[in-house]
Amino acid sequence: MYDMKALYEAESVQHAIQLRLEHPEAQIIAGGSDVLVQMREGKRAGKELISIYMIDAMRGVSIDEAENIRIGSLTSFSHITHDPIIQKYINVLGEAVDQVGSPQIRNIGTIGGNTCNGVTSADSASTLHAWEAVVELTGVNGVRRLPIKDFYIKAGVVDIRAEEGEIQTAILIPKVSYENTFGHYIKYGMRNAMEIASLGCSVNVRLSDDKQTIDRCRIAYGVAGPVPMRVPSAEAVANGSAMTEDMVNEFSLAVLNDINPRDSWRASKAFRQHIAVEMAKRALIESIHRAGGEIK
Amino acid sequence: MSQYKLVHCNINGKDVERMVDVRASLTDMLRNEYHLTSVKKGCEVGECGACNVLINGEAFNSCIYLAVWAEGKTILTLEGLEGPNGELSDIQQAFIDETAIQCGFCTPGFIMTAVEILNSGKEYSDEELRKLLSGHLCRCTGYENILRAVKKTMYKRLGKEMPA
Ligand SMILES: Cc1cc2nc3c(=O)[nH]c(=O)nc-3n(C[C@H](O)[C@H](O)[C@H](O)COP(=O)(O)OP(=O)(O)OC[C@H]3O[C@@H](n4cnc5c(N)ncnc54)[C@H](O)[C@@H]3O)c2cc1C
Ligand code: FES
Ligand code: FES
Repeated sequence: MYDMKALYEAESVQHAIQLRLEHPEAQIIAGGSDVLVQMREGKRAGKELISIYMIDAMRGVSIDEAENIRIGSLTSFSHITHDPIIQKYINVLGEAVDQVGSPQIRNIGTIGGNTCNGVTSADSASTLHAWEAVVELTGVNGVRRLPIKDFYIKAGVVDIRAEEGEIQTAILIPKVSYENTFGHYIKYGMRNAMEIASLGCSVNVRLSDDKQTIDRCRIAYGVAGPVPMRVPSAEAVANGSAMTEDMVNEFSLAVLNDINPRDSWRASKAFRQHIAVEMAKRALIESIHRAGGEIK
Repeated sequence: MSQYKLVHCNINGKDVERMVDVRASLTDMLRNEYHLTSVKKGCEVGECGACNVLINGEAFNSCIYLAVWAEGKTILTLEGLEGPNGELSDIQQAFIDETAIQCGFCTPGFIMTAVEILNSGKEYSDEELRKLLSGHLCRCTGYENILRAVKKTMYKRLGKEMPA
């Protein structure tokens, strides 16, 4: 038995919004793989919960009328990995979330929960930052969309207006962001399964038509700071550059200008900085190869 | 104040319904209401896989799944693998043949994940199988025999020779 005060089951998005307004103290539960564990630990004990897990309309991946990739917030990690749209346009996201916890966790954990928890180590977060995802929130005043970097406020805190009944309903990847773009995610953990990232690095590139230069490069980290972050210094090195070993080295060292990892029991700051450089290099090289480019 | 809800679902091939306390996990419901004690209580925080069952064909740790979410779902536990005359399924027999069981606490969970793997009808490499089985902890066997039991059954079902 969970130590909860009450459970309200939402039947639709509108119903969830109404429940939020009626029960301002209640917390949202999606797959519950964070919420229920915290409840067992006593952190959320005695709370009221609003379950959105049964709202099937919030599941699945599609392409909307503006050609955005639309991922319903309740889509589980395993369904993202197996989805043909994800595999075709943003395979790296499917690969990233395939490194979460274990198969059973990937069947219950949702991408909405992985972003709404505001956690820097979340395995989807660096890739969503690196692909400039847009977060869709639905509340009593309608739909609000904001860039993922603005969605994260500080560690564990995201921009969801509970007082307006908001829940996150989808994550969108705009066409300009995924077209002709190829990426790679590297998770560094102390073991392969059931382990939170000590550091996560996601890189993607779009090459020029002749595949001689990098037209656009984006890189983001998880656990390099209190929230997931982009690394503009490194991107500036790669953008418009020819693909040489020197450029790759310069790119990887430039990440140190922007990242700000800390010491924790999982890894020291110095170690995180060290692997951050190596991960940037490997992820860039793999992204270039996937895009059909060659390093000279 | 307790709060109850009527939950209908299909468990091991039978349509059933029960009034369930909303605070219950699916493990609580399966063990206490339906006496399906193959569903073990291990860590109860989603780490060990002892409570694993199939819901609509996918593996879930029932300890971090609310009982009320079972509404309308099809649930399979180890008990549901039994044949009409109490026969063991191929994967259960393989666990015995390969000594993939010692104390047995992790076994029902492992076997249900194996059922999901085998039902996919795909051929997996050892590395892929290890990853697919990685959501279970076993304190006794050292895992190698479990891997072999799943692999052997996979090849048997595929009608192929198991590579040496
Ligand atoms: C054993 C184990 C291993 C794990 N390993 C990993 C790992 O390797 N990598 C990783 O990234 N994570 C891991 N996790 C954490 C967890 O599985 C993920 O963060 C998952 O994405 C959470 O999703 P959920 O649907 O279960 O979230 P929930 O627990 O339901 O919710 C998480 C938070 O988000 C809020 N929320 C959820 N959905 C919405 C929404 N649509 N709108 C508004 N608010 C919402 C909730 O109120 C809560 O604060 C692990 C968890 C466990 C138990
Ligand atoms: S008891 Fe459910 S995962 Fe351990
Ligand atoms: S056989 Fe004892 S825990 Fe696996």
